Amino acid sequence: MKKPILREVNESMGFYALLGVFGALILVALGAVYFMEHNGHHVTGMNNQIVWGMPHVFALFLIVAASGALNVASIASVFGRYQYKPLAPLSTVLAAALLLGGLMVLVLDLGRPDRLIVAMTYYNFKSIFAWNIILYNGFLAILVVYLWTQLDPTMVKYGKIAGFAAFIWRLVLTTGTGSIFGFLVARQGYDAAIMAPMFIIMSFAFGLAVFMLVMFAAYKWTNRPLGDGIVRRLKNLLGVFVGAVLYFSLVFHLTNLYATEHHGVEAFILRDGGIFTNLYWWGHFVIGGLLPLFLLYCRKTRDSRTLIGLASLLIILGGIAQLYVIIVGGQAYPLDMFPGMEVSSSFADGVVNNYSPSLAETLLGLGGFAVAMLLVTVVARALRMLPESLADDVVDPHHSKADA
Amino acid sequence: MSINNQADQSRRKFLGNSAAVVAGVTIAPGILLHTPAQARSLDQAASSKQRWGILIDTNQCDSGCDKCVTACQTENGWGKNETKSNSEQQAQWIRKVELKDPNTGHQQSLPVMCQHCENPPCVDVCPTGASMKRDDGIVLVDKHICIGCRYCMMACPYKARSFIHEELKGQATVAPRGKGTVESCTMCVQRVDAGGSPACVEACPGKNGKAMVFGDLNDANSEIAKRLKQYGGKQIRADLGLNPSVRYQGI
Amino acid sequence: MSIRRVVAGLPLIMAGLLALPLSTHAGDAPQVAKGKGDACVEPTDVIRKNHMDLLKHQRDDTLRRGIRTKKHSLNECLECHVQPDESGKVARIDSPKHFCSTCHTYAAVKLDCFECHSDLPKSMNKSAYKHKLTPDNKHHASMQSAPVSRQMLDAIANGEAK
Repeated sequence: MKKPILREVNESMGFYALLGVFGALILVALGAVYFMEHNGHHVTGMNNQIVWGMPHVFALFLIVAASGALNVASIASVFGRYQYKPLAPLSTVLAAALLLGGLMVLVLDLGRPDRLIVAMTYYNFKSIFAWNIILYNGFLAILVVYLWTQLDPTMVKYGKIAGFAAFIWRLVLTTGTGSIFGFLVARQGYDAAIMAPMFIIMSFAFGLAVFMLVMFAAYKWTNRPLGDGIVRRLKNLLGVFVGAVLYFSLVFHLTNLYATEHHGVEAFILRDGGIFTNLYWWGHFVIGGLLPLFLLYCRKTRDSRTLIGLASLLIILGGIAQLYVIIVGGQAYPLDMFPGMEVSSSFADGVVNNYSPSLAETLLGLGGFAVAMLLVTVVARALRMLPESLADDVVDPHHSKADA
Repeated sequence: MSINNQADQSRRKFLGNSAAVVAGVTIAPGILLHTPAQARSLDQAASSKQRWGILIDTNQCDSGCDKCVTACQTENGWGKNETKSNSEQQAQWIRKVELKDPNTGHQQSLPVMCQHCENPPCVDVCPTGASMKRDDGIVLVDKHICIGCRYCMMACPYKARSFIHEELKGQATVAPRGKGTVESCTMCVQRVDAGGSPACVEACPGKNGKAMVFGDLNDANSEIAKRLKQYGGKQIRADLGLNPSVRYQGI
Repeated sequence: MSIRRVVAGLPLIMAGLLALPLSTHAGDAPQVAKGKGDACVEPTDVIRKNHMDLLKHQRDDTLRRGIRTKKHSLNECLECHVQPDESGKVARIDSPKHFCSTCHTYAAVKLDCFECHSDLPKSMNKSAYKHKLTPDNKHHASMQSAPVSRQMLDAIANGEAK
């Protein structure tokens, strides 16, 4: 078996082109932030009924995907599958980069982002939000140590324990993220314990989808060999995760459908909600679920890199749709303060709440993606973290035997 | 820091409760305060001996009347200086809600504002502790440490809170409010501390007598406590177990 | 020179450095608007150095505990220090003539009080609607000591006066 060699990427034209594209996207996002913060949130589509909008959809997607991007490293360190080990550094760096991108979006959408220091110094430990601040920061710290154990031969002996810590931590972290909604007793669309495990499984799928795309791009653009063996294993895993997301989503709604008190909100999301219903069925279910499953498993498409990449892209789009339905759809459905009564007021009681995302909000969200990708690009240049070859015989010495 | 605060608060609450019990046992009921709010001296902190509440009799509440809303605007200076925000973005500390029972056609009208829960979800979810409850049960936003995350607005079952979407000028001295922070009904804490009652209660004409009564829920001799004892009072979304200080009759 | 001697001399050098800005800048220090009364609630050096801590302490006491003593209240600062000048104009917070802005502009320290708080004292703030100012309603001591016309107050409240 040849030992996989990790090497930094070269300063090619492509490298600078990437820096330029992502840098430009970040500049645009910062411009959008300046516009929103200078004027106040009245220039966004958000209001007193839909208080969390597009920035939160993107931020939560990135944070959830960050946890899942560590899948590959976890499989190597925690579950002892050595074939994935060469990819562990990319997986770790991607996790940290996605988390930073998501946090940037979240923080820059605050009403008072200049008071970030307050969020770091005043803690209300009953708030799951406050716990998440600790979980996010802790995750970053663990990832740095974890990466160190992967790249420094003298630290390798701590790799197992660091990997285990990171694995447990990210499960807790995604539980915390899901609980942001699970703990909201007041709203019909939330208040469900299943939110936590559902967010974990969503993280597995979204994170791995992002990882696949980054891996394909990195290997194609650096002309490094990428064997079919590892791609096949990862895409099969991705398919399992996508199926599991659909399963959780179905169980969540089926459970709600059994209770009459939830019929209203379920009818809204699944049947009458207009954009939310469309996003749920077409976005989340078909584009983000059935279609990728078909592409990943159908005999005619499953071996095409392009189509596996397309499936990953669809999973990302479907994930964003799913989070939009959860976050915005959950707020759009009116709060049920007086059960059984017809309600009206000057403050949108009893009516479905409107939200039309502004361009600035969306640009900020995309900026989060750009930050994550820029970080990965820079780190891939600065650190020797990307295997020179992931050809089948390099990754797995038993390759020919296994596939024979 | 916050842990200490919370420990402090629960200890204070415990002490306060025991003090109230002791007072109730040892002092004859007639000696307890009659007036809804006797002004404390300026240097005295709000205490858990009191729990301020509002009782709203929907049978007295006229659907065409919004005097409570305008009185609140006048007192606290909202509803006029948000010029750039659209109607869904403008703050509303108190609003009139119209109810209709689809089965019977029965109609009611009632004001809804912060319900000043004993167990407020907004306080639970606030990451910095800006959402807070005073010892006398009044729920407030400490805008000095509010970061504008809006999680409290997600958590409130009453839609009692508003976010300020633009820079403000011309705030009332008694009610500081500004861009990027969350706000809600303060039960006119400035008036309560001075021994008065909230502007909405003061302004309420009612149909045949006031629809709103303000007072100390802990004081058995207060008008609000007597009325609640005799006629009862409902909580909006009592199922959530939040035990709000604002109660309704006739819903 | 031994290292010990350098260390021993450090306090002296530090003291010299600290004295430097005081001596050179004494001339162009900001001209702060004088208060209405005879003296501040604290000695000048204390209030200069610690006003932010006093205000912060007061803000927590007032907001979180309902203690409403006036000594260190922001509004009382304004009541005393925000006064009409000879021409009858009242400086608002965006003008460097406002009592708070004078030093904060000079020292380039961002003020975060008036994002939310009114920059006018309660007695001049028309936003506190309760105070209907009519010729026969002069219940404010400060109003009598500093005569202000009704028109002027309206102008202030409308943001016309600077």
